[in-house]
Amino acid sequence: MDLLNALVVLANFVIIPGIAYGSTLALGALGITLIYGILRFSNFAHGDTMAFGGMFAVLGTWWLQSKGISIAPLPTALLVIPFAIVLMILFLLFCDRTIYRYYRKVKASPIILVMASLGITFIMNGLVRFIIGPGERRFADGTRFLISARDFKAMTGLNEGLAIRLSQVITFVAAIIIVAALFWFLNKTRTGKSMRAFSDNEDLALLSGINPEKVVTIVWVLVAILATVSGTLYGLDKTYKPFTYFMLLLPMFAAAIVGGLGNPVGAIAGGFVIAFSEIFVTYAFKKFFGYILPKDMLPSGIIQIISTDYKFAVSFTILVLVLLFRPTGIFKGQSI
Amino acid sequence: MIKIENVHKHFGGFRAVDGASLEIKEGSITGLIGPNGAGKTTLFNVIAGVLPPTSGVIKMAQTDITGLPPHELFAQGVLRTFQIAHEFGSMTVLENLMMVPGGQTGESLWNTWFHRKRIAQEEAELKERALDVLKFLTIDHLAEEKAGNLSGGQKKLLELGRTMMVDAKVVFLDEVGAGVNRTLLNTIADAIIRLNRERGYTFCIIEHDMDFISRLCDPVIVMAEGRVLAQGTAEEIKRNEQVIEAYLGTGIKNQKADGVNV
Ligand SMILES: Nc1ncnc2c1ncn2[C@@H]1O[C@H](COP(=O)(O)OP(=O)(O)OP(=O)(O)O)[C@@H](O)[C@H]1O
Ligand SMILES: [Mg+2]
Repeated sequence: MDLLNALVVLANFVIIPGIAYGSTLALGALGITLIYGILRFSNFAHGDTMAFGGMFAVLGTWWLQSKGISIAPLPTALLVIPFAIVLMILFLLFCDRTIYRYYRKVKASPIILVMASLGITFIMNGLVRFIIGPGERRFADGTRFLISARDFKAMTGLNEGLAIRLSQVITFVAAIIIVAALFWFLNKTRTGKSMRAFSDNEDLALLSGINPEKVVTIVWVLVAILATVSGTLYGLDKTYKPFTYFMLLLPMFAAAIVGGLGNPVGAIAGGFVIAFSEIFVTYAFKKFFGYILPKDMLPSGIIQIISTDYKFAVSFTILVLVLLFRPTGIFKGQSI
Repeated sequence: MIKIENVHKHFGGFRAVDGASLEIKEGSITGLIGPNGAGKTTLFNVIAGVLPPTSGVIKMAQTDITGLPPHELFAQGVLRTFQIAHEFGSMTVLENLMMVPGGQTGESLWNTWFHRKRIAQEEAELKERALDVLKFLTIDHLAEEKAGNLSGGQKKLLELGRTMMVDAKVVFLDEVGAGVNRTLLNTIADAIIRLNRERGYTFCIIEHDMDFISRLCDPVIVMAEGRVLAQGTAEEIKRNEQVIEAYLGTGIKNQKADGVNV
């Protein structure tokens, strides 16, 4: 019984949040890795791209809510996501045509593109704050819990509750669907293969008649989908706050690099590695050990490795370790 | 077919191509030889749209094609191979070849969804063609091998194979024979002659192997220090004093004096 309780505690506070957070990071890291693999630069604007996509979804949701349209028990935001994606595609293509394309044309070095993306970050950041404000914005509706802690206790008779939020399940399911679709696209379709070819060997791809501008367009379409979905779902699960997306940049980059930059499988693995490390290291295990250790052996502290205030140090430490000992990441990076 | 008029390519102050003018006649197999660093590969890169020329004009059948990006040249039937073989390392040999005709129906996302049947049919035809090419080059047993694992010579064959996947007009081969053994070299030479006669490919071939050049090429153009030094049949070139001095060396002359046919 105690063991079961201990496991429930672990599931409730580490495993389920880890899966949801990992899904978000995986989707984010996929976007970063695609851009790195094909456009060959680190896109610092990715966090704010997610915020931007999320903003479209929030505004759309508010509008639908004001019209009384809902798809309860599912959150209304799901209905809005496709439209937000379309707007995001247009917006990203606009950024590409007005800014990145010029640097590609003059064959600028990657660092210049990185700087350009930093500039775009600030622009997006400003626009988001201007349009929707810097504060927290709630737009979640529909059923909140799939299983609430109280129901779970009543159902199982355990002391500990297990809560599963609908938004967590949606995030995870969406991540699975998107990842499956993306892999099907990259491995099975001709367009996807030409993207892999482009990532693998740009010179050869060009001389094989692959049109680079087409490949670039598709990358931005994919990035718009990934960023909007992950941005919206993250906002749905927590609340929508522009600054949090900027803060996601470090764990997302860490995820992409840990997995191997340019490698989509790696991005997904990296996302979960980072998410679980962060949650594991900052979780106070006192309750967990309370169930499995005899009373007199239990330490007096809360058994937390580091405080949640320092959770970004986790990504940072892992990043440094990977760069020191295995710079290509878990899976070999640099090509899709 | 291709006319190169006074092309310059400078890297900083260094003149890799320094006013090269030459013509590649339709239906010919033109050889391009010259010492290391003569600017042959650089000239290819300029023609293929990889490097912008510092100055000069490249024409194809009267139209100016200077500076066109590679994929547009490809669409016009201008293909090239690389001196250092390039391949899509993470794909199989078969996939590498099937990648080549870039402007396929399947290229558009729309078609991927809405013309499944046509795409499936195209893929099947493409695969058949790729397998034929591999058989022709005697590397069909490697079809499912990852291209990154091929040997240097096999990669060279794959390079040549790429040019056979579409109906090219003019193909630039940069040392396809380098690092390939004698028997395979004959296979390559045969392939080039057949493509030239049966499919009407025009070739421009960079090669250091004079036997290979004499067997295939007419005319032969000699480049040195970024310029065209001489032009003529292989026999004329071998007898040209300037060329012997700049490139072939006196070995050739002595052999000739001894009556040995090179
Ligand atoms: N990107 C570059 N930047 C600077 N110099 C270059 C560059 N590419 C080529 N060169 C120089 O231009 C000269 C011509 O090189 P190129 O590769 O065209 O010679 P090549 O005739 O193909 O020789 P080889 O027979 O050895 O292949 C060389 O001296 C080379 O160092
Ligand atoms: Mg060369």
